[in-house]
Amino acid sequence: MASKRHHNIQLNEQGRLRHFLTIDGLSRDLLTQILDTAESFAALPGRPVKKVPALRGRIITNLFFENSTRTRTTFELAAKRLSADVLNFNVSVSATSKGETLLDTLRNIEAMHSEMFVVRHNQSGAAHFIARHAAPGVSVINAGDGRHAHPTQAMLDMFTIRKYKGDFTPLRVAIVGDILHSRVARSQILALNTLGVTEVRVVGPRTLIPTDARVLGVHVYHDLEQGLRDVDVVIMLRLQKERMAGALLPSEEEYYRLYGLTNERLAVAKPDAIVMHPGPMNRGVEMDSEVADGPRSVILQQVSYGIAVRMAVMSMCMQTHAETGEPA
Amino acid sequence: MNVSIVNGHVIDPANGIDQQLDVHIHGQQIAAVGSPPEGYEAQETIDASGLIVCPGLVDMAASLREPGPAAKGTLASETRAAAKGGITTLVCTPDTAPVIDTPAVIELIHRTARKLRRARVLTAAALTQGLDGQQLSNMAALKAAGCVALSNAREPLANTLVERRALEYAATFGMTVMLRPEDKHLRAGGCVHEGTVSTRLGLPGIPGAAETVAVARDLALAEHTGARVHFRALSSAGSTRMLREAQAAKLAVSADVAAHQLHLTEMDVEDFDANCHTSPPLRTLADRDALRQAVADGTIAAICSDHQPHEPDAKEAPYPETQPGISGLETLLALTLRLVDEGVLSLSEAIARVTCGPSDLLDLPYGRLTVGGTADICIFDPQAHWTLDVADMASEGQNTPFGGWEFRGVVTHTLFNGRLVYRR
Repeated sequence: MASKRHHNIQLNEQGRLRHFLTIDGLSRDLLTQILDTAESFAALPGRPVKKVPALRGRIITNLFFENSTRTRTTFELAAKRLSADVLNFNVSVSATSKGETLLDTLRNIEAMHSEMFVVRHNQSGAAHFIARHAAPGVSVINAGDGRHAHPTQAMLDMFTIRKYKGDFTPLRVAIVGDILHSRVARSQILALNTLGVTEVRVVGPRTLIPTDARVLGVHVYHDLEQGLRDVDVVIMLRLQKERMAGALLPSEEEYYRLYGLTNERLAVAKPDAIVMHPGPMNRGVEMDSEVADGPRSVILQQVSYGIAVRMAVMSMCMQTHAETGEPA
Repeated sequence: MNVSIVNGHVIDPANGIDQQLDVHIHGQQIAAVGSPPEGYEAQETIDASGLIVCPGLVDMAASLREPGPAAKGTLASETRAAAKGGITTLVCTPDTAPVIDTPAVIELIHRTARKLRRARVLTAAALTQGLDGQQLSNMAALKAAGCVALSNAREPLANTLVERRALEYAATFGMTVMLRPEDKHLRAGGCVHEGTVSTRLGLPGIPGAAETVAVARDLALAEHTGARVHFRALSSAGSTRMLREAQAAKLAVSADVAAHQLHLTEMDVEDFDANCHTSPPLRTLADRDALRQAVADGTIAAICSDHQPHEPDAKEAPYPETQPGISGLETLLALTLRLVDEGVLSLSEAIARVTCGPSDLLDLPYGRLTVGGTADICIFDPQAHWTLDVADMASEGQNTPFGGWEFRGVVTHTLFNGRLVYRR
C-alpha cells in the first residue's frame, strides 16, 4: 500500500520551520529555539530602536475569518517591528459572504505578492488547508483555527512560564475550564509535554473535557481543589456564554461555585504558583478579581510577551524561505 | 448472440459453484454452466484462463446524482464507472435532485439507464416526501413505478411517531425500508468519530452512540410494526452486536456496510484529509474489526460502495466544511478482495457479499449464474496487481482516499444482459 503519510508540512527537508500551524510534531529543540529567538526580541521595547530590519520590504497579510482585534493587533505590531508591510483582511465581512471560496480569496491575495499569511478561521483544519494550497514561497501562521490549535498563544504562554519558572521539567501545570472547545488548551498541552513538564492536568466537568482526553497526555480532574494541589502554574480558560445554551453547563453561578478561581482555592497550589489566562477574561465567572489583579497573576505580562513570540515565529518562517531560495 | 466464457474458474456462491467451468450465454441469458447445451454454437469466445468468473456485482447503495448536479456525476458517467468495477446492478439512493419521491423520477432514471445499457439501475425511493422526514411518500405508487425499497437516504425522520407510521405503511405493501440509523441530536454538527482524533485535532465529533441509539430505536419499531428493516452503512461495533441479537431473535432485519469502513479508521483523518470525510464517520480499529467480524459471520450480508461522487470543490475547504462521501464504485471489488488477502473472508464468501448477499436482501433474482437467468457476469484476474490512479477513474467523482493504493485483483470483463460493457 502506498502510504499517504507525508512529513510534517510545517517543516522543510532540513527540519526548519516553514509554516507554524500546530505544536504537534515539533521538537523540543525547535520550541526552545522559538523561545530563545523571542527572548532576543523581548529586550527591544527598552531600547531606543524599536524596529529591526529583518523583514524589510516583505508583505505580511492578516487573513482573519473570525473577528479578533486583540490577536490581529499583536500580529500587526509584531510584523511592523520586523519592518514588514502589513495587509489586513477581515474576510468574514467581505468575500465569503459574496460566495467567494476560501481558495479564491487565497489566490487573490497571493496575487498581491504577500509572502506570509496569518490566518484565523472558525473551522478546525483551516490553517492546514491554506498551507497545503499556498504557493511554494508563502508561509502560513495559524492564529487560531476552530477548536484545533492556537500555537502562537501557546508559545507566548510557554515564554511567560519560562520567564517566571526557568526550567520546565519539574513543573506541574493545571489547565482549568472548557478544554473541549479550546484550541488554546490543545496547543498548550502539546507544548508543555514537548518541553518536558512533570505533569499536565486538565480540570473541569465531564461535559467540557474531551472523551479521550488522556490521549493528549494529561491527567483529568473534575474537582478543582484536587486539580490545583501542588501545581506550579494555573491556566484558567475563558468560558463562552453559549455553553449554557448548549446544555453543557447549568449556569454561570454553578460553574463559578465549582471551578471559579479564588484566593482560598489557590492556597492549595504551590506558594509561588503563577496564574495565567489567555484572555479575554470573564471576571466572576472563571476567576475572582482579587486573583486576576493579585500578585500571582501574570496575565498582563502574557499580553506583552505575545509580540516578541510572534516576531520570533514570523522571522523564523521567513528565514527558512530565504535560505532555501524558494521564490516568493 | 452466443458467447462462451471458457477455461475460467467459476465462483457462484448462490449455486454453490467453485470450480473450473465454462459459461455459455445465449442472448441475454445464461444458457449453461459447464457443458454447452445441445446444438449450441458460440459466435464469440472469451478465454478466461487464470481468471475468476463470477456474477456481476450488486451494489445496494450508490448515489448516482441524476437527476441532479452534473458536476458530481451523471447516469452515463457513473454506470461507466460501475461497469469498470464489475458492477451490473445498482440501487440508486433517493437523494437525487429532485428527490426520488414520485413515479416520474423513477421512470426518468430507469429510462435513461435502459438507454445507456451499461448496468441495471434500480431505485430506492424516498420514505418521506422530499426526504423531509415528515410526510409519508406515496409508497404504493412508488412501488408500482418499480422502486425496490424505501429509504431515508441520510436524512433524519422528524420523530419516532413518523418513523412508526412510515414502517407500518411500508409493511402494508410488503416493502423493505432502508434506514441509515443516526440520531441527529447526538450527531450535533460533528464531522469525525468522537474519539482520539476528534480530541487531538479539535474536530467536532460524532459519538458511536449517535448510531447505536438509532439502531436500538429502529429495532424496537421494527419489532413493533413487523416491518422489514434494512440498516444502511453501519459503522460501529455496538450496532453489530445489537443486530446479531435481533437476528437471533428472528427479527426480519439486515444490514450492509460500506467497503471503506472495513479498511479505514479515524486515524486516516489525520492531517485533515477531506477524502476521509465520510458519513457515518470512520471509527476506531475496534469498530472496524467488529464490522469485519459481522461481515464474516453473515450478520452483515452485503458490502456496498456507498458511492458518493463529488466535484473537486466539494472537498476543497477546511475539513468540517467539506462534503462527506467517497467515490466508491471502482474500488468495491478491490476492497472486498482485500478482505480475502487479510484472512477475513474466503474468496467465495467475499464474492457472496457483493453479489447474491445484497440481491437476496432485496428479493432480486440477480447476483447469480443460474441457467435461464440474466447473464450479468464479472470476470477478474485475481493475481493482477494494480494501483488506483484517480486521474484514470471513470466516475465523475475522483474523491477517494484510495488513490495510490496498490490492489490485487482487477476486473477484466463485465457483461451486462449478455453484452460486453467493459473490457480492460
